Amino acid sequence: MGSIITIARRELSTFYDSMIAYMLLGGFLALCGFFTWLYGGFFGRDVFFSGQASIAPFFGAAVVLLWIFIAALSMKLFAEETKTGTLELLLTKPVTDWQVVMGKFLACVSLIFVALLCSLPYYFTVAWLGPVDHGAVWCGYLGLLLVGSTYAAIGIMCSSLTDNQIVAFLLTIIVGIIFLFIFSLLSAYTSGMAAKLFDYLSILTHYSSIARGVVDSKDIIYFLSIIGFCLMSTVTVLSRRKIAD
Amino acid sequence: MDIQVQNLTKKYGRQKAVDQLSFDVRTGEILGFLGPNGAGKTTTMKMITCFLAPSDGDVSVGGFSILKDQQKIKRSIGYLPEHNPLYLDMAVIDYLRFSGAIQGVKKSQLGDRIKEMIRVCGLNKEKHKKIGELSKGFRQRVGLAQALIHDPEVLILDEPTTGLDPNQIVEIRELIKHIGSQKTVILSTHILPEVEATCDRIIIINNGKIVAEGTPENLRKEASGTEISHVRIEDGERDAVFQRLQELETVAMVDLLPNGAFSIESQLEQTSRRDIFRLCVENGWVLTEMTPVERDLEDVFRNVTIEN
Repeated sequence: MGSIITIARRELSTFYDSMIAYMLLGGFLALCGFFTWLYGGFFGRDVFFSGQASIAPFFGAAVVLLWIFIAALSMKLFAEETKTGTLELLLTKPVTDWQVVMGKFLACVSLIFVALLCSLPYYFTVAWLGPVDHGAVWCGYLGLLLVGSTYAAIGIMCSSLTDNQIVAFLLTIIVGIIFLFIFSLLSAYTSGMAAKLFDYLSILTHYSSIARGVVDSKDIIYFLSIIGFCLMSTVTVLSRRKIAD
Repeated sequence: MDIQVQNLTKKYGRQKAVDQLSFDVRTGEILGFLGPNGAGKTTTMKMITCFLAPSDGDVSVGGFSILKDQQKIKRSIGYLPEHNPLYLDMAVIDYLRFSGAIQGVKKSQLGDRIKEMIRVCGLNKEKHKKIGELSKGFRQRVGLAQALIHDPEVLILDEPTTGLDPNQIVEIRELIKHIGSQKTVILSTHILPEVEATCDRIIIINNGKIVAEGTPENLRKEASGTEISHVRIEDGERDAVFQRLQELETVAMVDLLPNGAFSIESQLEQTSRRDIFRLCVENGWVLTEMTPVERDLEDVFRNVTIEN
């Protein structure tokens, strides 16, 4: 556990030292604010034009914005280290491949956690303006944390597949598009078992059910299994170097 | 901590990068690992440091096998990879703190170890700078400092002096020599004077196999075999001199050099220099130059690594 935290702390200090964290936090909060207060029509009803105290647009916007920001955050995690060779040095330290992957994942998740904490003032102001279903909001935050962690795991996996950060970024975006939109579209255009399957695979299905305030173990298992699969794939990709052929 | 490499093999597809390599390194010894580019030096080092798994064979470091006890071995190894990869966006001192923590240096000792490394590697003025701002020489010192931070018993250095200027090379060599007296060091290079200056023993590999092994002196002796001298003789007719030199019993071969001097190779394990001097005295020739030709490691290296 100590090594995981050491690695996570190094990653976090890199995020903060290199302005990446501030740019992402600032961008995320600004855009979320924009959609929540002014242009919510895209994701629901915003506060100003509908004249209703609703935080729904925030949750609608955040789930998409997180996807882009996390792709930008995670793209360097393995791609850059592979390219510069620091990954080799790291893996010859007394740590396992798992600890390296978990450390980087933990760094991402903590940054997402900070981003979500920073967005709490939106919730408080909306709650001050009018009645809000507090239970649903906290569930929404849990949903965002789960979705964010899932994006991070996908991003880490994509980053381990290449030594080019741009390729890693685009791969993450593409996988995100598939999980966010393509599966929902497919389920709308198919019927029967196929529709059910695509509906189950879509991130939005599970996210919206949590955000409504229904925390079902089925949804949590969905997110955890994607996270588990991606992190396990990353470890497998890392251990490729050890395959004796 | 001794290192035993036994029948180590690494295949990349059908190509063998390292082929049945076996050798030992003892505590307190600096082993020079020599070979042309692509000979398998780096691959061997990557296997000893548990980064790559071997296709066959085993390495035992202090009695632990790289196949089973990787975490234990990694703890006792300090490694400076080829090209010295570093986190360029970190400050020197933060990077050393990270390296120490991940190597399992106790928190109570970490501060002292970092100070010690900064002193030993001469990084005091640079300790708060970002690594990316440092010159290549200082980066190399940071690379060494991170390899030494946990006071490892085994030190593996892959081309530690590449890209340094002559002064820095001397400094780094001195540092390695100093450290190496109590530890087990494997150092790879293709700079030959470097191994002569630092190493107790040399292994030359080519195509993944050992082609020569021994102390620098032994290897040089092996290479010279026969004595060769460059000799300049004046006041005599060239053809006659050539003829008489050739007739000397201790001389195996005489060659005329383009500058008018003779290159004289003695018979195996004999010296012809006294005979040449006497010959000149007898004939009233003047001997204006006699230079022993030293064969060096470069000849050994070329002999054993160039095919055909």
